[in-house]
Amino acid sequence: MIKEHQLQVEAIKNGSVIDHIPANLGIKILKLFNLKDTNQRVTIGLNLPSSALGHKDLIKIENVFLNEDQANQLALYAPHATVNQIENYEVSKKLKLALPHEIAAVFACPNSNCITHNEPVDSHFAVVETQETVRLKCKYCEKVFSRKIMTECN
Amino acid sequence: MNNTLFRKHIISIPELNRYDLELIVDTARKLKIDPNPTLLKNKVVASCFFEPSTRTRLSFETAVQRLGGTIVGFDNAGNTSLAKKGETLADSVQVIASYVDAFIMRHPQEGAARLASEFSNNAPVINGGDGSNQHPTQTLLDLFSIYETQGTLDNLNIAFVGDLKYGRTVHSLTQALAKFNNTKLFFISPDILAMPDYLLQELRGAGIEYSLHSDIEDVVDDLDVLYMTRVQKERFDESEYAHMKAAFILTADMLKNARDNLKVLHPLPRIDEITVDVDKTKHAYYFQQAENGVYAREALLALVLNEQF
Repeated sequence: MIKEHQLQVEAIKNGSVIDHIPANLGIKILKLFNLKDTNQRVTIGLNLPSSALGHKDLIKIENVFLNEDQANQLALYAPHATVNQIENYEVSKKLKLALPHEIAAVFACPNSNCITHNEPVDSHFAVVETQETVRLKCKYCEKVFSRKIMTECN
Repeated sequence: MNNTLFRKHIISIPELNRYDLELIVDTARKLKIDPNPTLLKNKVVASCFFEPSTRTRLSFETAVQRLGGTIVGFDNAGNTSLAKKGETLADSVQVIASYVDAFIMRHPQEGAARLASEFSNNAPVINGGDGSNQHPTQTLLDLFSIYETQGTLDNLNIAFVGDLKYGRTVHSLTQALAKFNNTKLFFISPDILAMPDYLLQELRGAGIEYSLHSDIEDVVDDLDVLYMTRVQKERFDESEYAHMKAAFILTADMLKNARDNLKVLHPLPRIDEITVDVDKTKHAYYFQQAENGVYAREALLALVLNEQF
């Protein structure tokens, strides 16, 4: 299986690999989390075969090491994604994704009367986890929404 | 008491702790007994109302003037650069805040006051209401009125009646009361206007005892405070409204077995949810409550703009 991976997307010497991204979310993640704003080489694989997901997307970024906070931002968007740090072609650290305490500039506030829609500020939500439901509380309008109804910023 | 509110933004009740709330109530009490016309001397305060308001704006402006301060501002956004030229709120606030010592605002959109606090260059922003979200100074005058009539903010049985789903005054006051000990809350509303789940969840998290009811008479005899709000006719069809309205309208007759100390509060304007015969009972306190708006807002302005006094 590992051998098959290496054939699908070229291995990197040093950097970060985000794997097990649900198919079709790879490009969005690249954009939403500003992973493309780098001069380093970024490789993206779309619709790769996956035993767990059927199909998956995968992102490799050379010489950039995502820290836990950055990795956790992905947890809301792709909770089953994995983030590995690579050094000298070997996995040096597997980051365990946990829900972040807050998330900014990713989701638009579902409240159409929230001030964030007309003003020069990023959306900002606190993440509230209760009894296996994940809700987001807008820092501005203070309304609370289920994660399931959130859509990303334009 | 140590002034924890000096130069603070006052945006939302959950950000104030029990000490802050008691400090404001205590300061309001002192200013009501012993007015101080110099606390805002040489201070200029902006009063920017982007939507209409009667009591909030006039009581804020009265408070500033009774403390010796001066006011600049507007009472509707129609003639401002926002409406006429499409300026953002962020830019407007940045400019206006540079002229003044504090910035009072009401705005029809939720989150406007929080946004303003990020662009006011450290001039304290006081939220006079942001859409359906928060109206913290209403809560402060409510707390002051409760303290004034009950002598404590602990160990109280408090009922809320009416539109509990959309009523921001109810939501904010509930969040404030949850910070006090042994509070027992009763929520009385039609099913479709019941307290939102997320607020009930917050109350459970804070260990507050509460119960839900569909008729004032179920609980009125056990109460220290009865907080009335209006069930809006527009939310029901005519026959449905006619059928249920009696359960949410308070009459003097319903108070005949009430506790001596029971006080009826209402954020006003009252339409028909409290009949006028209640006004003459010893339980009516809504007009004094409205007057307390001046003292609560004086207290807040004095604390935000003076480290010591």
